[in-house]
Amino acid sequence: MLRLEKRASPSVFWERASPFLAVALTMVAGGIMFWILGKNPFEAIRTIFWDPLFNDQFAAYSRPQLLVKAAPLILIAIGLSLGFRAGIWNIGAEGQYIMGAIFGAAAGLAVYPVESRLIFPVMIVAGAFGGFLWAMIPALLKTVFRTNEILVSLLLVYVAQNILAMMALGALRNPEGGGFPGSRNLSQIPSMANPELVAGTGMHWGVVAAFMAVIAGYILLQRHILGFQIKLAGQAPKAARFAGVSPARLVVMCLGISGVLAGLAGVFEVTGPAGQISIDFNVGYGFTAIIVAFLGRLNPVGILFAGLLMALTYIGGELAQLMLGLPSAAIQAFQGMLLFFLLGTDLLTNFRVRLAKREVA
Amino acid sequence: MFGGIDPALLIAALMVNSVPIMLAATGELVVEKAGVLNLGVEGMMIMGAICGFVTAVVTGNPYFGFVGGALGAVALSAVFGVLTQVLQTNQVATGLALTLFGLGLSSLIGQSYVGIKPPATGDLALGPLADIPFLGVAVFSHDWMVYASILLVAGVWWVLKYSRMGLVLRAVGESHEAAHALGYKVTRIRFLAVLFGGALAGLGGAYVSLVRVPQWTDGITAGAGWIALAIVVFASWKPWRVLAGAYLFGGISVLQLNLQAAGSAIPVEYLSMAPYLITILVLVIMSSGRGKAALAAPACLGQNFHASR
Amino acid sequence: MKRRTLLATAALGLGLTFGGAAMAQDKTKACFVYVGPIGDGGWTYQHHQGALAVQEAFGDKVEIAFQENVPEGADAERVLTQMALSGCNIIFTTSFGYMDATNAVAAKFPDIKFEHATGYKREHPNVSTYNARFYEGRAVQGHIAGKMTKSNKIGYIASFPIPEVIMGINSYYLHAKKVNPAVELSIVWAFTWFDPAKEADAAKALIDQGVDVIASHTDSTAPLAEAAKTNGAVIGFGQASDMAEYKDGPRVSSIIDNWAPYYVKRVSALMDGSYAQADAWEGIAGGEVEIGEITALVPAEVKAEAEAMRDAIAAGTYHPFTGPINKQDGSVWLADGAVAPDGDLLGMNFYVEGIVGEIPQ
Repeated sequence: MLRLEKRASPSVFWERASPFLAVALTMVAGGIMFWILGKNPFEAIRTIFWDPLFNDQFAAYSRPQLLVKAAPLILIAIGLSLGFRAGIWNIGAEGQYIMGAIFGAAAGLAVYPVESRLIFPVMIVAGAFGGFLWAMIPALLKTVFRTNEILVSLLLVYVAQNILAMMALGALRNPEGGGFPGSRNLSQIPSMANPELVAGTGMHWGVVAAFMAVIAGYILLQRHILGFQIKLAGQAPKAARFAGVSPARLVVMCLGISGVLAGLAGVFEVTGPAGQISIDFNVGYGFTAIIVAFLGRLNPVGILFAGLLMALTYIGGELAQLMLGLPSAAIQAFQGMLLFFLLGTDLLTNFRVRLAKREVA
Repeated sequence: MFGGIDPALLIAALMVNSVPIMLAATGELVVEKAGVLNLGVEGMMIMGAICGFVTAVVTGNPYFGFVGGALGAVALSAVFGVLTQVLQTNQVATGLALTLFGLGLSSLIGQSYVGIKPPATGDLALGPLADIPFLGVAVFSHDWMVYASILLVAGVWWVLKYSRMGLVLRAVGESHEAAHALGYKVTRIRFLAVLFGGALAGLGGAYVSLVRVPQWTDGITAGAGWIALAIVVFASWKPWRVLAGAYLFGGISVLQLNLQAAGSAIPVEYLSMAPYLITILVLVIMSSGRGKAALAAPACLGQNFHASR
Repeated sequence: MKRRTLLATAALGLGLTFGGAAMAQDKTKACFVYVGPIGDGGWTYQHHQGALAVQEAFGDKVEIAFQENVPEGADAERVLTQMALSGCNIIFTTSFGYMDATNAVAAKFPDIKFEHATGYKREHPNVSTYNARFYEGRAVQGHIAGKMTKSNKIGYIASFPIPEVIMGINSYYLHAKKVNPAVELSIVWAFTWFDPAKEADAAKALIDQGVDVIASHTDSTAPLAEAAKTNGAVIGFGQASDMAEYKDGPRVSSIIDNWAPYYVKRVSALMDGSYAQADAWEGIAGGEVEIGEITALVPAEVKAEAEAMRDAIAAGTYHPFTGPINKQDGSVWLADGAVAPDGDLLGMNFYVEGIVGEIPQ
């Protein structure tokens, strides 16, 4: 039997190497699945991992798209990671993302067709505020009534989705849209658009914000007192209380920051890549970001890589569907496998695997 | 009759509506009582839905269908169990990955099962009970899973509260170190709890594809697993409150549709968010009125355990 | 505008680099973007049937590619661009929400034809739109419903309050009312296109209200499954696909979205060089809307009347919206003998006289 033995300190080698091992294992397991589905496994794996980056036909377009796809995931995940470190469970970033987009879009559309350089910044602030507001509901209910934030933040996603539908069909509906749902296309209105900043790079303000969030998150956790308090509250709640960390303040800070970042992701998305408020505006970034946060081990730099890896599997998965006719379900299952292996091989960082004579519980 | 809605029919509808959520939430409650947070309920439910459907169609027997559904979801939950209990992975992330994987796999399995009708699950003949005015229609005219799910809630309640097994399970969830020191096999107990949670989620999923909407289509559970997770928290980890929560949520969901059908003056857009808002509101009222201990989650919820000796 | 220039430069770059790939093929490549899974048994399933018909019709001369579960918004734009880069000659985008993405990508690839379903924007010469006159089918259903109801209560499960859906409700109600003045219509808004459990609940709610004929504008067969539990007391219709598995039960007829004739026609035109930009809105006459077999549950005379109506619509001698028709508030919409202009229908945002309730905003 194999036996696990806890390492005295995490292995630096395996911390770096385990993601590569995971990807290799996923290629084997995924390859078997693709083979069962009657596709050439080597071709499928190459299409998913290689083509978005290096294929002559696609890469020039796909590579920058990685940033576009990863940006909202990274932005949201950075915010979530702070709360998760402190044991505060914001599961409803999806709702905060939606509200950010609605608030931001509403702020811009309220003054349409006025053109001003100020409009875009105001929309960004409004979006951040929208996300913040939505996150404050579970935060305040938790601090005042001790209501569980998992339940409140999760259920508020559904409420936000309903509000989104109302907005797309009502208040924010494009009056020139012939009665169809959906707002005006913000990305086509110069004073509200969040365009590609340098052609062919995919860089838009949301990507910039995501990078800034990674840096800020890193500094916060390494240097700032709040970062220290967050880590302390997560590792030793009692010690944190003795050290004078107010749990209520921590809840408000953590949910507030994650709400702001999710709201920002929403407003950058609605003014840029998505372009408009529509019934199906949200595509699950808020939930995927939870996975990204943990894949990145709640570490800002790790989250950056995890977000890019997720984006790669999305885009590579799309290419595999298009070029090889793989069903989208197979891609979903493949992503699930990749996550399993990434999470599973992390074991090697903290544990040594030893051969043992007897089974130990 | 109120507002043109027949309360007996409403109760009948909510009892059926609530079954999948109630089953999945009861399973998740046991998992969480053991200190494990499995956010993959949606993935396990949909695996139950497709495996149940396929089994029922292949064998022509809806009862086998439920067994197949439970087993399919157990298989998936075993993946979660191995990852979190043996390989010490983060439970939140593993659960979410499980949902992703389950949604994909179910769709692959179900590709050739779209547009087929499963064998019917009939109503349970309760003889004279079904003729009781009001109650006959409201309560005694359902299929057997409706009653089985209530019995399961009762069983889980009894086991958790009165049996030695329940005591051990709770001990593991409250303090795995202490439980381990007392000689209980924490990992094994948690693993079994995860499998049990999978089985119930699978039954709930199979109920969707075999009874509530007897058919298979991709994504058929449409988020029921997430609601089940919320209901466990809503219930403050108490079995009977899971039943109450599922009935409350299911009841309001059914009521809002009935109000629409009856031509109520309340705007539809508010009605459609009512189930979520009212669930939050009720929890706020409950949590503000009670002592802290009554609402507390199992102390070790979401924390991994590794026996160091 | 600065942004325009950037876009144009990018487009030029893409065109220069990749334009060659699309040209060098001898096969025609037809690509399809789906909003749902092929296994939804409704909307997307029917589009995929159309795609398969194209393959069938042209065999080796055509290659088809498709992608399922493509979210509307940013992801759609990326998927479309990748399709264009992969050498598709004609791309069908099969959901309303792809409208802006279709036009944006079409601008970058002037040599590729884009066909957008159910939208109205044709900003570039290579964008065509197509839709089907589903309301014609609703008229036939309404006639059957009005004749078949015993409780004089008929129901409609609606998805979102958009012109397409409102058009269907009005047509259904008008024709039921015409043959049965006592008829009352109950509408339930599900606020979803696809949620089988919720659709079943909605059907149940209608049945509990005494409704005995149910039409639905959501995608799954759940309402029929619910009706089947009443042992023949309640009937309904197949929606989008024939839903023939309920033929021996509650399904008395259906509206079938048959995209095959249109897809075959367009691809054929592209191959023989006769392709031109179009705004197609065909109905029963063009074969896009099919009335599924009317089953034996419907008395022979009602069946004959319904089929006569179908044929009259097909022949162009009858328009389902022929005056006099008043709006819900009693004001005149169509004078006696007047036929609804297409513009009115495409932007329809009111109920006709007699329908109780308000359209959600």
